[in-house]
Amino acid sequence: MRQDDLYINKIDWLTILIYFALVMIGWFNIYAAVYDEQAAKSIFDFSINSGKQLVWIGTAVLLITVIMVADYRLFDNLSMILYGFFLLILLLTPFIGKEINGQRAWFELGPFRLQPGEFAKFATALALAKFIEKPSFDLSQPKYQFQAILIILIPVSLIMLQPDTGTAMVYMAFFIMLYREGMPQKYYVMALVFIAVSLLSLGVENNLYIAVPVASLTVILILMGKKNWQRIITLCLIGTAVIAYSYSLDMVVSKLPAHQQNRIMVLFNPDLDPLGVGWNVTQSKIAIGSGGFWGKGYLEGTQTKFDFVPEQHTDFIFCTLGEEFGWIGSLVVVALFAALLIRLVFLAERQKTRFSRVYGYCVVSILLFHFMINISMTIGLFPVVGIPLPFFSYGGSSLWSFTILLFIFIKLDSHRIQLLGRMN
Amino acid sequence: MNENRHSVIIIVIIIVGLVLLSKLFMIQVIDDSFLRRAERNAVQRIVDYPYRGLVYDRNDELLVYNNPVFDLMVIPQEFNIVDTAKFCKLFQIEKEELKEKYKAARKYSWVKPSPLIKQISNTDFARIQDYLIDYPGLFVMTRSVRAYPDSVASSALGYIAEIVPRQLERDSAHYYNQGDYIGHSGLESYYEKFLRGKKGAKYKMVNVRGVDKGSFKNGQLDTASIPGLNLQSTIDMALQKYGEKLMKGKRGSVVAIQPKTGEILSMISAPVYDPNLLAGSAYGKNYLKLRNDSTKPLFNRPIMAMYPPGSIFKIVQSLIGLQWGIITPNTTFACNKSLVACHNHPSPVNLFGAIRNSCNPYYHQAFRMMINQDISNNTFTDTQIGLDKWHEAVEKFGLGGKLGVDLPYESSGSVPSSKLYDRIYGKGRWKYSTIYSLSIGQGEMQVTPLQMANLAAIFANKGYYFTPHLVKSINGNPEDIPEEFTTKHDVGVAPHHFDMVHDAMAEALYGTAMRAIIKDITIAGKTGTAQNPHGEDHSVFVAFAPKEDPQIAIAVYVENAGWGGRAAASTASLMIEQYLRGHIERPALEEYVLAGDFGD
Repeated sequence: MRQDDLYINKIDWLTILIYFALVMIGWFNIYAAVYDEQAAKSIFDFSINSGKQLVWIGTAVLLITVIMVADYRLFDNLSMILYGFFLLILLLTPFIGKEINGQRAWFELGPFRLQPGEFAKFATALALAKFIEKPSFDLSQPKYQFQAILIILIPVSLIMLQPDTGTAMVYMAFFIMLYREGMPQKYYVMALVFIAVSLLSLGVENNLYIAVPVASLTVILILMGKKNWQRIITLCLIGTAVIAYSYSLDMVVSKLPAHQQNRIMVLFNPDLDPLGVGWNVTQSKIAIGSGGFWGKGYLEGTQTKFDFVPEQHTDFIFCTLGEEFGWIGSLVVVALFAALLIRLVFLAERQKTRFSRVYGYCVVSILLFHFMINISMTIGLFPVVGIPLPFFSYGGSSLWSFTILLFIFIKLDSHRIQLLGRMN
Repeated sequence: MNENRHSVIIIVIIIVGLVLLSKLFMIQVIDDSFLRRAERNAVQRIVDYPYRGLVYDRNDELLVYNNPVFDLMVIPQEFNIVDTAKFCKLFQIEKEELKEKYKAARKYSWVKPSPLIKQISNTDFARIQDYLIDYPGLFVMTRSVRAYPDSVASSALGYIAEIVPRQLERDSAHYYNQGDYIGHSGLESYYEKFLRGKKGAKYKMVNVRGVDKGSFKNGQLDTASIPGLNLQSTIDMALQKYGEKLMKGKRGSVVAIQPKTGEILSMISAPVYDPNLLAGSAYGKNYLKLRNDSTKPLFNRPIMAMYPPGSIFKIVQSLIGLQWGIITPNTTFACNKSLVACHNHPSPVNLFGAIRNSCNPYYHQAFRMMINQDISNNTFTDTQIGLDKWHEAVEKFGLGGKLGVDLPYESSGSVPSSKLYDRIYGKGRWKYSTIYSLSIGQGEMQVTPLQMANLAAIFANKGYYFTPHLVKSINGNPEDIPEEFTTKHDVGVAPHHFDMVHDAMAEALYGTAMRAIIKDITIAGKTGTAQNPHGEDHSVFVAFAPKEDPQIAIAVYVENAGWGGRAAASTASLMIEQYLRGHIERPALEEYVLAGDFGD
């Protein structure tokens, strides 16, 4: 008995509290999103999404129980097997998956529909943790960098076959974890420059606005620094590459499928096609923007209620919150997510083994990525990509996969002392 | 070596949160355009059109009312017809038109209603009502159009029609929307603000497909429409109707005024058109027809047409001369035809004789004395001083400017001042011999029939008038009519000067307008002949009656009907009889006027 008490005390209840807070707010929002005043049904009604979501929440609690009572060594031991298993499923999905919206990203198991791409995340996270766990694993060396990236790229390429760009994109989140584990900083600087140049060259009308400042900057750098040939040539090459890239990007974008092109263009000009491609972003912004400071009140939203915002109970669930609870509601949810993420960073840092720390950072990375991209796209800061808001969006795959992802870490954290003992 | 990197990650998390919250703050709190766009999105405003005010005549006879009509609306998504030919026959629509309308409706919205057939009449609606159930996606929206039980007084009443862009621009209060109806002329236009009432609005919530999702905020914001106010017009329907009958087949104007109040008893613009033509579904077609009609039925002659006043103006000249002391009733002039042409009558004449015989040389000489009073030694300057003094006196008779009748588009007529002649001939280069034709109401003078009728009222009132108007009360309250219609205008001539004028006008009938004489009713009148350079002269007659206690003042213009004694005097006389007696005891005269052949 004394040991059990101790175990319960070792569980990080704060994280679990935030998790349930988010899940419950999410559940109320799903009810609001599907609420119809003229045919009002109970939030528990299984014929509407809020009722179904309650089933997913209930089963998620079951999953949590299973994870919490399972042997903590299981995840370490099973990590590569799980990874292999999900790769196999991902490989099969394009062939036996159910086609929805031109994608075969869903797996039908009787009455249930599951999205393997979502679940493969925690398996990939475990595999990465397992790999990086070795003391010899040094991310400053290209060999190990390559191995880590390969582990990420295999599921990504399989998901792209479905094709599910949004989900595949989320795997980029693992680079946040890799950063913590020692991936050279220059890659991130380069990536940031790359993103900045990309955004700029897509955003400005004429690429001369980029070419001229970059060329000038190059010349200034050459004049200011030491005048050795190697440095001058390197700077010239970089400058030329940046300019060439900005020019070629427009060409590349023009080769993309029309709908992806439009999503990118709409980001820069949402009024471009308010009834067509811009519809989602425009309506989403109207819904959130009309919430004002205090919101319209629970179940009082009009934009989300009357289907102006598409997919509002899944990817656009944040609209319901923004409309009905206003900026205050948004503040609470954004703060809860930030608190959860910061708490998880804290937990990850206190891990005694590299395995659980890497896994913890994987959880942080994926949640941060989803949180950032999902809300950004609803308020027009990022192109529309179909990824859910963790714990909020309607759907079993999403809730289950995030729950599993998070609670494996909570489980690992609660055994951090024992894990240390095992290692030693 | 990577131990500090976790702080970088925490900073990134905080930055992400702050960026999201700032952007949210921008669109939720700072930029309120999203709120408006949201309401435009989901809240549909359905206008509840008010019932337009009715118009009655002075005896509470209905002149204008509202007739319900029905617009057949279609919701393309639900609309489905099996037998197009049968449908077209039933609803009396051409197949091509049906196709076109349906296409337009589909283009507008797949789920929102669009009009398919507009303004179906009561009787047509009764016929198709039972079949509507066979056609899904069709429903009926009730509206109303103006209707006129006796089809009279079209030019005074005016008409309503869809608002035009120019009116929409002027509507600074934003009461109107595209497609709304508004008064375009006549009383409908002048009293638009009273007649239109107040629109109501129902707010309905609609989803993205425009499907009704119930009332917005439980109808808290809904407002009911308030019907427009009823107008009681000063028009005497029986008199108006009779006048229109008399003017049938002729061109011209009749304006009858109750002199004591300025109330317009009748206002006829001939040719008359049926006001029902401009109400209802055939508006567009009929409007074009009327506009292109060479007889100009839409031209509101009583207030827009301008003619030289002719001999009738001699009475004004007499009165000004008397008031100024330039002439007295005993002032005598020879009928000197070398000055200006005249017809044969005894000569010389005193003022009474001059009015009775309409002596042109008399006024030529009297006017010269009024204009050239030797105030200046320079005859040019002296003429200018005299003319401007005279101009001022004439303006007091309501000439040379708009009277301010409660109708739009009133003409002002013209009475020349020295400025006009300075412009034509140059300053100091004209004198009495240039302007003498003004003495007999010719030359550069122009008056509207309304101004002439008002002159008759001034004569009847012995020196004052109320601005002629067409409204007696608004929603039963006589005190609500605009103040300018109850303000007395004095013309600056002492009442006693009118006694002789009254006698002369009564006597004049025996000289120039024998036909106008009515047994037992003394009419004081004056014929005129407005010279028309384009053809036959216009026949003019102004009168008031009974002379002892004037009840009606009238001006009649009949275009191209020769001199005043025939067409105009006869018509005026019949109108007076109709108004004072309520019936006609001279069927022969009525026949004569109706026949319309005034050649004698």
